[in-house]
Amino acid sequence: MDFGYPVLTSLIVFPLVAAAGLFLIKSPQVARTYTFGASILELIFGLPLLRYRFIADFQFTEKAAWVPQWGLNYALGVDGISYLMVMLTLAILPLCVLCSWTYISKRVKEFHFCLLFMTSACVGVFTSLDLVLFYVFWEAMLIPMYLLIAVWGGDQRRYASLKFFLYTLAGSMFLLVAIVAFRVTGGTFSIPELMRTHFSFDFQFWAFLAMALAFAIKVPMFPFHTWLPAAHVQAPSAGSVILAAVLLKMGTYGFLRFCLPLTPDASVYFAPLMIAVSIASILYGGAIALGQTDIKKLVAYSSVEHMGFVTLGIFLFNVRGVEGALFQMLNHGVVTGALFMMIGAVYERSHSREISANMGMGKYLPAFMGFWGLYALASIGFPGTNGFVGEMLVFVGAFQKNPYIGALIVPGVLLSAAYMFRVTIKMAWGTPSTARLWRDLNTRELVYLVVPAVFVFYIGLAPKVFFNVIDPSVEKLVGDFASRTAVVQTASAQPAPPALSGVATAVAATAQTPVAVNN
Amino acid sequence: MEFNPVLIVPELYQLLLIVALLLQSLGGGPNRPGGTETPPAERWLPYFAGFGVFVNIVSWGAEGLIFGGAYKLDALSQFFKLAISAGFYVAVLNAARQSTLTERKRPDYFMLLAISAWGLMILSSAVELITIYIALEISSYSLYAVIPLRAFGGKGDPRAAEAGIKYILFGAVATAIALFGFSYILASQNTSYIAQLAQRSWSFQAQPMAVVGLSLFMGGMFYKLALFPFHFWCPDVYQGASNETASFVATLPKLGAVVVLVRLAALLKPGLEITTLLAVLGAISMTYGNLCALAQTDVKRLLGFSSVAHAGYVMVGLVAGTAMGLSAAAFYALAYVCMNLLCFWVISRVATDGRNLQLDDLNGLYRRAPALAFALAVGAFALVGLPPTIGFAGKLFLAMAAWNHGYNWLVITLGVNSAIAIFYYLSLVRHAYTHEAGENPPVPDNSPFSVCGAGLLTAVVLLFGIAPAGLFDYAVRAGQQLLP
Repeated sequence: MDFGYPVLTSLIVFPLVAAAGLFLIKSPQVARTYTFGASILELIFGLPLLRYRFIADFQFTEKAAWVPQWGLNYALGVDGISYLMVMLTLAILPLCVLCSWTYISKRVKEFHFCLLFMTSACVGVFTSLDLVLFYVFWEAMLIPMYLLIAVWGGDQRRYASLKFFLYTLAGSMFLLVAIVAFRVTGGTFSIPELMRTHFSFDFQFWAFLAMALAFAIKVPMFPFHTWLPAAHVQAPSAGSVILAAVLLKMGTYGFLRFCLPLTPDASVYFAPLMIAVSIASILYGGAIALGQTDIKKLVAYSSVEHMGFVTLGIFLFNVRGVEGALFQMLNHGVVTGALFMMIGAVYERSHSREISANMGMGKYLPAFMGFWGLYALASIGFPGTNGFVGEMLVFVGAFQKNPYIGALIVPGVLLSAAYMFRVTIKMAWGTPSTARLWRDLNTRELVYLVVPAVFVFYIGLAPKVFFNVIDPSVEKLVGDFASRTAVVQTASAQPAPPALSGVATAVAATAQTPVAVNN
Repeated sequence: MEFNPVLIVPELYQLLLIVALLLQSLGGGPNRPGGTETPPAERWLPYFAGFGVFVNIVSWGAEGLIFGGAYKLDALSQFFKLAISAGFYVAVLNAARQSTLTERKRPDYFMLLAISAWGLMILSSAVELITIYIALEISSYSLYAVIPLRAFGGKGDPRAAEAGIKYILFGAVATAIALFGFSYILASQNTSYIAQLAQRSWSFQAQPMAVVGLSLFMGGMFYKLALFPFHFWCPDVYQGASNETASFVATLPKLGAVVVLVRLAALLKPGLEITTLLAVLGAISMTYGNLCALAQTDVKRLLGFSSVAHAGYVMVGLVAGTAMGLSAAAFYALAYVCMNLLCFWVISRVATDGRNLQLDDLNGLYRRAPALAFALAVGAFALVGLPPTIGFAGKLFLAMAAWNHGYNWLVITLGVNSAIAIFYYLSLVRHAYTHEAGENPPVPDNSPFSVCGAGLLTAVVLLFGIAPAGLFDYAVRAGQQLLP
């Protein structure tokens, strides 16, 4: 596939160039229009991605030497696991610009600089095929997000941004150590090559723990979730949208891309723990969301719950579970992103995120409440919407694995229905109404709310094309995973080796103690 | 080998600068007759110091062993000499606008800085322990005199005097220990040439006296590098000395210390007692430095503890016992100097009145000096080790060189420490970007001179972070000469 230009590189570089161009602009209004134009142009640059072929290999690959002495490469590519995430990232950018059109009034240029920088880093994370390159983008996206919260956030923005930064960076330092260990033990930074390497169980054990910590913080999984409500509540709505739609996906993407293929045995070993934590996230997130009085915090906790479904799907190790996880990732991006945009819109009217300050809008803002109802239903997983497809698949996977797991997550869905209906009813019909003088949605708001709505129905009613994209990669992932763990199980099922060779191994092991211990 | 003066042109050039500065300091200031005809030192010196960088580039390929085998010119020495001359150039530029230094003392001040840099240049070529010791003393003695040179309300600043005394006392003890250690080495190994020492045994069992001696001798370098337990002077001296002096003390001497340690580390193999000692000191140093830095509010003191931590990071490369490890340590030292020069450049430009910056003085810097605030952010993120900066490249190389050579726990400590360090580096950025300025903020220097300097250093930090391959190639060549 040759389009005359390197597609993925241009998707990464173009936002950076556009961001640099922002500094030549004086007026805030021009800066907004300029960024919107740039985001549309970025989508156009991404058009060749539609020629994606439905196979499991990495496509649109690019490779160049970066630091040859250490074997660092600049390697990019997408497969079924990353493809939808890249598309989501590209699609979210124009919506973010639109939803902060009037929301952001100070330091507009810098705000849009952060958005563009962020997009570039996110595309980089999802397309890197080199561990160090991945890490570079992974860290690069922290700085704009930190600034988005710390500069344009709410009253407690400093606390929230600091917590976000410390949590995420502390986790990723262990990721760096794991990356170094992979390089020295596996001999390469290239992700596709490492996927074919087999590592000893000891090594996998520690590598999995180091990586899982970084990813679990990012997802966030219970009990590492505490930064999320703070960050979401304080962030400006565009920040929340990116955070929910793209950033959280990086954690689960990391599990799928690194933990399962690189450390399969350790994944199996830790699967009960991960499943338990996922179920805890689902139930805990849902229960806490039920008690919130702040709409944004409620949606933030619902994110914890939804991401619990994703991690659960991943660690079921069957095709339905992983498919469900990928669908849920996409759906959560669309639906929660839209909900955060709606909260931003209503905040511009009421200047409060409390439920009690935003009641009784059904009569005065019918269009707004219509959209809210739609996204609320999608968030619950109502049949016909996209949420249903994802949750359904995870449920199928869970019951396939073990009926008890399936039974345990049923209350999670009930909880999500409960808290979503509770807030929706109050917002639509609650009294006393505070919405008497508010205007309904304007054209700009309608535009950025219609786009996700289209996807809610499209994915909900005709998910086939999405299955076509993800299935080859998911089947390969799960197939490879099954074959590699099976090899180990056969090996461990072999009769015990004769005593003499056992002694020889022991001697060899003591001779290399420093290496062996630390592996 | 026959002596050819062309080999040591950079040192000779630096000596020429020293002589010129000495003559100017003898000639008296502009108040004396004829004094107005010579331009003040801070006017002409930057150009000549800049030319010195060029001289070093020209003599890049010099190779040889001269002065009876005590002085070696190889890839390592030329790499460090270039770094020292570039650092000297930046330090001179930085100090040219120093407000806490009276006009009369300037020629002396610059002369002493130049002597110190000269000593460090000699240090990077010395391969014999006595020569190393003398070069170390040359570079230290001039700094003892420079640190108290800080005016405060018309007379000397008592804090600077205190810092000077601390530095000199500590330095005297550390170098005495080094000399004592040297006597042990000479007594047991019967030679002071590193090339011959490399062929002797360094295990405690075979040569207990030599191992003790080498550990003590390294103490002298640890003092320069501010490695635990020789770090106590570091935060106090940074805080007491003027911003510009601190920017010199915090950067160039570390290069000198690292080059000697790199040469000495070539003697060591992983698993030796002394290597383990280095690893343990490195681990304590990074942890202690980072934990102390968390509580600081004075920016220079914070950077002082951060340099204690960074001294620990360098050890990660030294204990690996491979050419890659030594090159990674050399590269990291260079990276550290770049990042620190950048941070100190911003500090010196923000505190135009020569005050000690508190974190709160940085509040709202993005509004008053956007370029400097951005440079500070880049410097701080580089010190954390965030990509795409030179700090990340350096840390990655260190970790990769050391992994699987018996000190994996040290690499993990490095990772944990980077996580601890985030908080205080981030607070530099936090104060500059998210807080609004309080009352009586310092007036930053937004002149083209200040912005260009910051821009240039920022570009270096980012450029070598994105494309470190070229620079690292030189470091690798240097490392492979030591450990083929």
